[in-house]
Amino acid sequence: MTTREERAIYDPVGETPTSYVREPVGAHPPLDYQPYKSTALRHPKQPLVYLPQAITEITGPQLGGLVGENDNDLLAQHDGEPIGERITVSGRVFDTEGKPLRDTLVEIWQANAAGRYRHTWDRWPAELDPNFTGAGRCVTDAVGRYHFTTVKPGPYPWGNHYNAWRPAHIHFSLLGRAFAQRLVTQMYFPGDPLFEFDPIFNSVRDPRARERMISRFSIHDSIPNWALAYEFDIYLRGPGQTPFEEAN
Amino acid sequence: MGPFFAIGLPWDRGPLVVPEDTPGAIRITGSVYDGAGAPVPDSLIETWQADPAGRFADLHGYGESSEIPGFRGFARFGAEDGDGRFEIVTVKPGAVPGLAGTMQAPHIDVSVFARGMLHRCVTRIYFADEPEANGRDPVLARVPSERRATLLAEPAPDGGYMFDIHLQGPDETVFFEL
Ligand SMILES: [Fe+2]
Repeated sequence: MTTREERAIYDPVGETPTSYVREPVGAHPPLDYQPYKSTALRHPKQPLVYLPQAITEITGPQLGGLVGENDNDLLAQHDGEPIGERITVSGRVFDTEGKPLRDTLVEIWQANAAGRYRHTWDRWPAELDPNFTGAGRCVTDAVGRYHFTTVKPGPYPWGNHYNAWRPAHIHFSLLGRAFAQRLVTQMYFPGDPLFEFDPIFNSVRDPRARERMISRFSIHDSIPNWALAYEFDIYLRGPGQTPFEEAN
Repeated sequence: MGPFFAIGLPWDRGPLVVPEDTPGAIRITGSVYDGAGAPVPDSLIETWQADPAGRFADLHGYGESSEIPGFRGFARFGAEDGDGRFEIVTVKPGAVPGLAGTMQAPHIDVSVFARGMLHRCVTRIYFADEPEANGRDPVLARVPSERRATLLAEPAPDGGYMFDIHLQGPDETVFFEL
């Protein structure tokens, strides 16, 4: 699969965008989405107010210090190895103009191979794995690349409707370069038979945007006798209009 | 169930915009409520702000950088088995430039996440004890006057502020599109 044309590595200070594109309709799920029942009491009903992007929105925090050396290896957080299908998940973080975003924090969390989260509220009767916490962090390198090693999460049932199952997924959180670029999303695995039944996957209405949430398998990057590789590139919103245009 | 933000995102010092012993450090506390007025126990909030001099701690050093030791500008609060309350330790931000030569009143940008919210909601904390600056603020000017109070943090007895977030209902907080 081809990605957009890459730009040259840019000077992150000199080329700090002075605003970001407004989100196109359909790229993100609506907050009021009836098939996902929990949205009912948790979405604003009043119209959103237009926020002109100024310095608070075009700047963002430096959180690289949060990341320990092995925080991107979810297999190495306990004495033993977790059970499951060992995988690598890697890719690059770009803005929508194809510029790689460097030094940006990428955080993930996921269920274990049996589809169980290590969380007090997860009561699904699948085993917890004593050797798996299911959370990792890293920052992107100079070309915007990140890398995790983990196990493939299992699908799991949830109470949204009769016989509701989430496709296997990994939650991703990206800080981006600016408050305006903040994104929390989910990564899916190719060919999952649960896609068509999952209201969360389908809450993203633009089919191309849905496609971008599915990782691709890479035999080339798979490590012989060790792990299968999945590639997942992430696009955060890119530079928008100039502030002068916005002010009008 | 899920997403369980609390598995992956909170960390020990996450709620600290500044080290707790920073001169002038204050607490901002509040709760996140849903449309039935019930607390949202799995909510996670993030804040981003300037320091009292209007300087940031930007990733790539954009603008002027804060001179306060350990000033991160950012906080994240989420609990695994919470009660909807949040608390951050910070310093009160100063005024910062807006667009077209305007000045913005002291404010903190806030992202709210929770199960049942398919993407974040963005709001701002302003300060009720800054009526003059608030009166000139170009963003507050866009907010219908009867709703502006939902963006004002009220002074608390400990010198900090209280700021509740209502996702819906008669006191629905103003959320922004950006
Ligand atoms: Fe999940």
